[in-house]
Amino acid sequence: MRVLGIETSCDETGVAIYDSDQGLMGHLLHSQAALHAEYGGVVPELASRDHVRKVLPLVRELLGQCGEERIDGVAYTCGPGLVGALLVGAGIGRSLAWARAVPAIGVHHMEGHLLAPLLERSGPAFPFVALLVSGGHTQLVEAQGVGRYHLLGDSLDDAAGEAFDKTAKLLGLPYPGGPELARLALQGDPDRFRFPRPMTDRPGLDFSFSGLKTFALNTLKRGLSEASVEEVQLKADIARAFEEAVVDTLVIKCRRAVRETGIPTLVLAGGVSANRSLRRRIGAMMVEQGGRAFYPRPEFCTDNGAMIAYAGWQRLRAGQAEPLKFGALPRWPLETLPPVTPDPVPGRSGLLYR
Amino acid sequence: MKLLAIETAAEACSAALLIDDDIQVRFQVEPRRQSELILPMMEELLSEAGYTLGQLDALAFGRGPGSFTGVRIAAGVIQGTAFGADLPVVPVSTLAALAQRAFREQDHRAILSAFDARMNEVYWGGFRVNDRGLVTPIFDEQVAAPEAVNRPGGDGWYGVGSGWGAYAEQLSARVSLGLPGYNPELLCSAHDVALLAAAGYQAGEAVAAEQALPVYLRDQVAKKPREVRT
Repeated sequence: MRVLGIETSCDETGVAIYDSDQGLMGHLLHSQAALHAEYGGVVPELASRDHVRKVLPLVRELLGQCGEERIDGVAYTCGPGLVGALLVGAGIGRSLAWARAVPAIGVHHMEGHLLAPLLERSGPAFPFVALLVSGGHTQLVEAQGVGRYHLLGDSLDDAAGEAFDKTAKLLGLPYPGGPELARLALQGDPDRFRFPRPMTDRPGLDFSFSGLKTFALNTLKRGLSEASVEEVQLKADIARAFEEAVVDTLVIKCRRAVRETGIPTLVLAGGVSANRSLRRRIGAMMVEQGGRAFYPRPEFCTDNGAMIAYAGWQRLRAGQAEPLKFGALPRWPLETLPPVTPDPVPGRSGLLYR
Repeated sequence: MKLLAIETAAEACSAALLIDDDIQVRFQVEPRRQSELILPMMEELLSEAGYTLGQLDALAFGRGPGSFTGVRIAAGVIQGTAFGADLPVVPVSTLAALAQRAFREQDHRAILSAFDARMNEVYWGGFRVNDRGLVTPIFDEQVAAPEAVNRPGGDGWYGVGSGWGAYAEQLSARVSLGLPGYNPELLCSAHDVALLAAAGYQAGEAVAAEQALPVYLRDQVAKKPREVRT
């Protein structure tokens, strides 16, 4: 079965084709980052307007690259995300499937991220614990199989990526600021400031990152009021302390999740999972726990069509499909997804550690 | 001429199948449910007529102006369908389609279409009926304050569309209306999108699937943050 995937939930237009025999046949991405940069954040209406111009040209180019017009199913992100943006991909995807008389499936964006490491040849096997960490989410999920998810922890306020972007903004870094902040942190003195590790001093796996942003702001104000201020170094030191606090907090919670579930496989996914410091620290922590961490390749950490094609393929080949309509679900709990049975991916790494 | 048209730019959701001189239409006033209704409407029209997409010459859609999301639903559905079935698309102005309906149903021949565009503005278009019974624009469509819309000359104009409900006084002051003056309740239908598209197709106005794009008229949708003063 060959599935076309379409992702339009936020500010990236992604398309891809996943095939039962050939795996990922190709994927293309158009980022709108430059479009939104001058507004200092994603403008939903502009995002929707750009998606409706970009989806089909990308699909046509992709099919051209694959050298074949054949599609046996269409998958599109239908939530969570920006309603207007989601409706573009869903409308095009559902209609294309209808016109080709093939089944269609609406995919949960975070399931796409969660399954993205399985696109790799040496990907993880179920069960695993996943840290979904992006501009919109910070969640710890226990995954027993496709569609069999249990939410272990969630952010009570800002997502980690959101905290990165907001802190970057107050440090005067250009949008999108998360990666810029990480770059600036490399020049920072790790010992100058110490930021709190929110919610690590109590049990549980929930997160809270909005306080760190305030802490950064106060540290900046105090630093700037000093007589002989080295502003560039001050900001680098704050970036360093901030990043370390976020990474440390995520590592502490992941360690706790792995211990509590007894599952020695951890999957990192979502835009923030491209952060090098986070990858290094999580990798080391999992070795220390006698387990292993998996990450998608960097281009599949951020939003992309490949993960949607793959998640859709998992569901379509199990016989799931949408009726002849489409919609967008801006909020959509991961746990409400129907399971795919039987579990299509045999256990590998999980068995090694049990 | 065989053509399937859809319209979802405002409160209504409609589809029309034109097979030579015959038109079959589905029309429902269901704001916010277009994404659930439109594909079944298209499927029913085709299956009742015994046609498949592959037997059509073209697709058509109301390309706006209208609700941004509504216009994009029509554009997205037509893009996906046209790409999947390898059909060309005729984009049709929703202001023109509404004027066409005013002619078709009420025989008005000088029509001013106005949609409430919110933010104290209207989408505005002026049309006259040609000798083939089709509306043609007499000036470029615009988005403008009701006090500042284009003033067509002559008299006996008939107003249609939600703009005439929200800004009747201001718009009436700009133009010389006939009797009856205006109807703010009339909604755009795929029936008229199909009629105008059939003529547009003959005139070579069809485009490829990816060129089936919305026309919003309002292009200023976000303000850039002011420069930070230091």
